[in-house]
Amino acid sequence: MNVTWVLAWRNLWRHRRRTWLTVAAMVFSNILLIFLVSLQLGSYQMMIDGSLAAFTGHIQIQHRDYHEQQHMYQDVPAVVDLATRVRALPGVEAASARAEAFALASSAERSFGILLTGVQPRFEPAVSTFPGKLREGRYLRDGDEQAIVIGAVLAQNLKVAVGDELTFLGSGRDGSFAAGVATVIGIIDSGLEEVDRSMAQVPLGWFQQVFAMGDAGHAVVVRAPSVDQVQATASALRSQPAPTGELVVLDWETLVPGLRQAIQSDMTSAWFTYGVLVVLVAFGVLNTQLMSVLERTREFGVMLALGMSPGRLARLVGIETLLLAGLGLGLGLVGGGLLSWYLSVAGFIYPGVEEMMERFMLGGRIYPEVSAVSMLIGPAAVFVGAMLAALYPALRLFRLRPVAAMQVA
Amino acid sequence: MSLPLAALGTLAWRNLWRNHRRTLIMLAAIAIGVWAMIFMAALMRGMTDQMVRNGLQTLPGELQLHQRDYRRDPSVVNSMEPPAGELLQVLQSAPVAGWAGRVRVPAVISSERGSRSVTLLGIDPEAEQALGSLPEDLFEGRGLEGKGDRGLVIGASLARRLETALGKRVVIMSQDPDNNVAERGARVVGIYRGRLQGDEDRFVYAGRAAVQELLGIGQQISEIAVSGNDYRRVDEWYPRIAAAAGSGLETLTWTELDPFLGSMLAVQDGFTLVFMVVVFLALSFGLVNTLVMAIFERVREIGLMQALGMRPGLILGQIMLESLFLLCLGLVAGNLLAVLTIAPLASGIDISSVAQGMEMMGMSATLYPALHVQDMLMSTAVVIILGLLASLAPAWRASRLDPVAALTRD
Repeated sequence: MNVTWVLAWRNLWRHRRRTWLTVAAMVFSNILLIFLVSLQLGSYQMMIDGSLAAFTGHIQIQHRDYHEQQHMYQDVPAVVDLATRVRALPGVEAASARAEAFALASSAERSFGILLTGVQPRFEPAVSTFPGKLREGRYLRDGDEQAIVIGAVLAQNLKVAVGDELTFLGSGRDGSFAAGVATVIGIIDSGLEEVDRSMAQVPLGWFQQVFAMGDAGHAVVVRAPSVDQVQATASALRSQPAPTGELVVLDWETLVPGLRQAIQSDMTSAWFTYGVLVVLVAFGVLNTQLMSVLERTREFGVMLALGMSPGRLARLVGIETLLLAGLGLGLGLVGGGLLSWYLSVAGFIYPGVEEMMERFMLGGRIYPEVSAVSMLIGPAAVFVGAMLAALYPALRLFRLRPVAAMQVA
Repeated sequence: MSLPLAALGTLAWRNLWRNHRRTLIMLAAIAIGVWAMIFMAALMRGMTDQMVRNGLQTLPGELQLHQRDYRRDPSVVNSMEPPAGELLQVLQSAPVAGWAGRVRVPAVISSERGSRSVTLLGIDPEAEQALGSLPEDLFEGRGLEGKGDRGLVIGASLARRLETALGKRVVIMSQDPDNNVAERGARVVGIYRGRLQGDEDRFVYAGRAAVQELLGIGQQISEIAVSGNDYRRVDEWYPRIAAAAGSGLETLTWTELDPFLGSMLAVQDGFTLVFMVVVFLALSFGLVNTLVMAIFERVREIGLMQALGMRPGLILGQIMLESLFLLCLGLVAGNLLAVLTIAPLASGIDISSVAQGMEMMGMSATLYPALHVQDMLMSTAVVIILGLLASLAPAWRASRLDPVAALTRD
């Protein structure tokens, strides 16, 4: 047993340059895979965090049909009370009530259609990052009435500044005509044009008056301690007795199905890249091991003639490959680990894709995620690929005939 | 005392097949690498192409003209007169394949069950045809009949959200130039399915004259969309239109109108090249290894050749030729493989399982890989240039062997 390992180790270094080149191929692929996978997982994490933290939140409690149809009357009754109760539950970091309506907003000079959101000024900043992106004025406060905070592009389009008045027209919960006048007290610049073009927030209480909502709203937005804990929090919420049978607990995958799918489609093309790398490395190992077996045909013939079993020879080749792949694995892990650890601290920039990143609410820098998964999945695949590649050369040994082998020139 | 190139070639070719197993394995590796390069490039090109095309149909056009302030302040106030004189002449001559003037204003549409904010497009259906900007899939009802049509064509998703249906009346509200609310009841005459669900929610089509009448703007329009049917060549004809439009109008190409779309082409080309180089690097270790081993086996032989008077340059050339043959064979196999695998996919790959994710990137549910000669050429260039560079080191070492030492090696 021990002799076989020593033999394998020595055999490996009979052609130092070839061994190092093969190891280098593995190390290169391992470093690249660790880098790419951790970058990929890191950017997914940021995509999820960024887009959910912006407005949607991790979980929302809504009327069963509201997500699909968004009708005013598909509401959550006593929404503020519900938010208060939800906030007290374990696994809930923050919760805030909201109501929404489409309205035509008019300033002295311009009119635009907007999505008006009624929010709880005290709790909204805990579930959404928009209130923090205030550029001018102040955010809503408890007790505010007839006050509105709007996006920067909308402010520009409507030609209003802090202190100006806005009129909005829409329809109330019961289909009645709803109209209100509010003073712009703050302007939010989230950096996302789409959002800044249509966002407008008013205090929930006043929203309920104007749109004849009573004490109802359209959603309780919930933030879990982290994205990983969303499922646990969602099931905890579902197990609570519901005030009416019409409410549902929706997690972010339902609320923003595009996000999960964007990640999946990106993953598919990434797996293609990884697969190609692993296959190419496996071919390199196949080449090396086949050569090293073929050039030792005579030697193996002698060993067979001396009574060594072909199985033991095959094991010898297997152990050689194991050492080779182990070397590649170890060095690759060290190199890849250092690289992604450095980048996870320093951040990484793709040049020229800022617009794309903005669409997924990412900042300019990506921080790779260094974890056991991101570190091991690539190198493990390379390792397995290398071992599989050695099968053919090792199995050839079983067909070796001692006499014929010894006669090979 | 120079060996003819043909002889050198023959020598290299025969050397290549002395160890046919090793050569075949390396060939397979190169072929797979090349295949992956081209296949990936075709997929990416298909994606980008589609994103750009979808984007251009929504914009629409590769070029748009607006009143100078319109884009900063997309209000009916910043409308423009329909094209006349020189501009009209340029628009009606090649290479412009089609152009359309449209009214584009923000509006609110209400049914008895709800209201949504939308973009109201007052169009001339005949002119839009040439731009391909009208929804292709009319789900119910009819399309607009001429620019005077007083009906509305809305998206299926919007109809669902408004709980309205074909033939029902809705109210459309917008703003006239004096900032009075202009509203009018209109009948839904058609319901379309958009390429993207977001479009269905956002765009409401109406006859141009009817919208002009609603807003009280006479013959004025908000934008002119121009198409030449080839988005890669806008720069060739763009200056002529810009000159004819004068300084009162803003003439912008699609790369400026939608920077996200504009950056796609550059990003895609960059990614394709990076991918090819990375695949090649993974390949290069095997290539160098193969050459090193081939030389190692032939040390005595090379020493003998040198002792007999073969110049180092020829030895170097012979090994480089051997590498070149290997690369070329691999390239041929890889390219063939790529053509054979991409051809059956030309009718599209169904990716509807991730459709909403693709929509975030501006794509629809079928992906058409696009095999372009330039990608095949690019992969060939990467493989040949980098391959020969990688072969240089072992070949150079071989040519510098000391004949005496090489000959006495066992």
